Amino acid sequence: MFRFVLRRLVVALPTLLMVVTVAFFMMRAAPGNPFETNRKLPAQIEKNIMAKYGMDRPLIQQYATYLGGVAHGDFGPSLKYTDKSVLQVIAGGFPTSLEIGLSALTVALVLGLSLGVVAALRQNHAADYVATAMAVLGVCIPTFVTAPLLLLVFASMLGWFPAGGLNGPRSLVLPVITLALPQIAIISRLTRAGMIEVLRSNYVRTARAKGLPEHEIVLKHALRAAILPLVSYLGPACAGLITGSLIVEQIFSLPGLGKGFVTSALERDYTVVMGVVIVYASLILALNLLADVLYALLDPRVRLA
Amino acid sequence: MIGVLRNPANGRQTLESAAAIKGRSLWDDAGRRLMRNRAAVAGMAVLALLLTAAILGPMLIPFRYDQIGKNDVWDLPLVGGHLLGTDSLGRDLLARLLIGLRVSLAIGVVATAVSLVIGVAWGATAGYVGGQLDELMMRIVDVLYSLPFIFFVILLMVTFGRSLIILFLAIGAVEWLTMSRIVRGQTVALKQKEFIEAARAAGLTTPAIIARHIIPNLLGPVVIYVTLTIPSVILAESFLSFLGMGVQEPLTSLGTLIANGAEERDLAPWLLIFPSVVMVAALMSFNFIGDGLRDAIDPKDR
Repeated sequence: MFRFVLRRLVVALPTLLMVVTVAFFMMRAAPGNPFETNRKLPAQIEKNIMAKYGMDRPLIQQYATYLGGVAHGDFGPSLKYTDKSVLQVIAGGFPTSLEIGLSALTVALVLGLSLGVVAALRQNHAADYVATAMAVLGVCIPTFVTAPLLLLVFASMLGWFPAGGLNGPRSLVLPVITLALPQIAIISRLTRAGMIEVLRSNYVRTARAKGLPEHEIVLKHALRAAILPLVSYLGPACAGLITGSLIVEQIFSLPGLGKGFVTSALERDYTVVMGVVIVYASLILALNLLADVLYALLDPRVRLA
Repeated sequence: MIGVLRNPANGRQTLESAAAIKGRSLWDDAGRRLMRNRAAVAGMAVLALLLTAAILGPMLIPFRYDQIGKNDVWDLPLVGGHLLGTDSLGRDLLARLLIGLRVSLAIGVVATAVSLVIGVAWGATAGYVGGQLDELMMRIVDVLYSLPFIFFVILLMVTFGRSLIILFLAIGAVEWLTMSRIVRGQTVALKQKEFIEAARAAGLTTPAIIARHIIPNLLGPVVIYVTLTIPSVILAESFLSFLGMGVQEPLTSLGTLIANGAEERDLAPWLLIFPSVVMVAALMSFNFIGDGLRDAIDPKDR
């Protein structure tokens, strides 16, 4: 196990290094500079600004400095909010995003699992069709369509939920639903397929033959094996939630990391954009690793070497 | 056939009929199975409709997509000859929707073509050459795969400006990964077939074998994956446009229209509803066709 994790880390670290490198050089290759304003700055002032941010030094030297900083968790100063460091910008938005993301993941797991199990038990019945229709719609209706439509109906027309901003648990309902819908679709699909396969297996037949009550067979015996594929979906699911958060935080005006990222990208706040990309990439790499380890722990057939 | 079976004594007629019976190719079979799939046929009908509307539609309506009408701001649908109403600048929504659909579909097709060329070449080379080159090429794909690709597209759009060409290239350049994996897997399986050995024995060079024998035999899985890539490209483009990093005004795309409609949803809900319906219809038709093709071409995968 230890060796497996170590080996995966050996792959993950160069990946991360590549992310940092590509992000750095892409930003530096960009035409224009982030200090461009409508008014032309006097040459001396521009030179001073460049010197302050170390941008007058050779590229390689800047890269080395940046890399050293990142290794220590220092992503440099924000270029637009002069009183803030990138780390402060990230730390400011992260808790909100985490809260929404975790809530959406919980909702998606609970609803997706139940829907999938019911659909598998009642194959080709009404419940199965509902689940299939949900799954198709969840995949085909993108977040940026669901979010404004939900707002139109439940905020503007019915007035049940606030139209935006972060203000108590009610304000989180619509964003969480928006984020969770596509995940519910995929999770219910995976669960249904897994359950159908497992319910046909010999040990479930044995359990039935022993006369176990149905709910015990389903919940204690079948479900455990059926949700294994879900574990490997954990990584992609979180990536999906992060991507979705860009849209959701934007449209519901939530002060999260996703909104911060989009704003910085539009304002060409290079250091913040790079910092957020690095944070997201490490998060996804870590989650993928976690999913692999979990899978191996849960499924004794997978041997780690 | 039935007539032949009724008088089997007539041997000559049987022979003649047999000659008239056409063999069914793999593709005929697949086509038949596809036509029996109701969802796929409905998807094809909707897609045909959308394509026709995107190509011919803008010529058939009396408004231009960028024609501003000072007296027609936020017209309701059907008011003043505007079938789907107008936006905050008095521009006809139908005209904008048709152009937006055209742009979105065009991006879907072009970026998919980019990903197709890169993915097939990369995957076929890695799979056919094998060994250390394969290992290296697929490791690169693994690394790129684990990255949050949309962020790199955003990074590209931020650094190199928001032009359509960059958008094509950026999306195409990240969508090729899955394609290359599929193609590589198929190539590894094909490589061991006798006809490849025969081609090698006949003295064909490696690039020639890849181009003439490997790639044509990959067509099935590639076709399936292309129909599933187009909607995901459209989705990516709309995602970027929604965030204001894709197609720029006055030109428009489905994502830009939905973003605009989302902002003005309380004043003019039609600006949100119509583009959303078209978007979902387009995505669904592509997905149904893709699923139908997968069932038809690769029945063992059901």
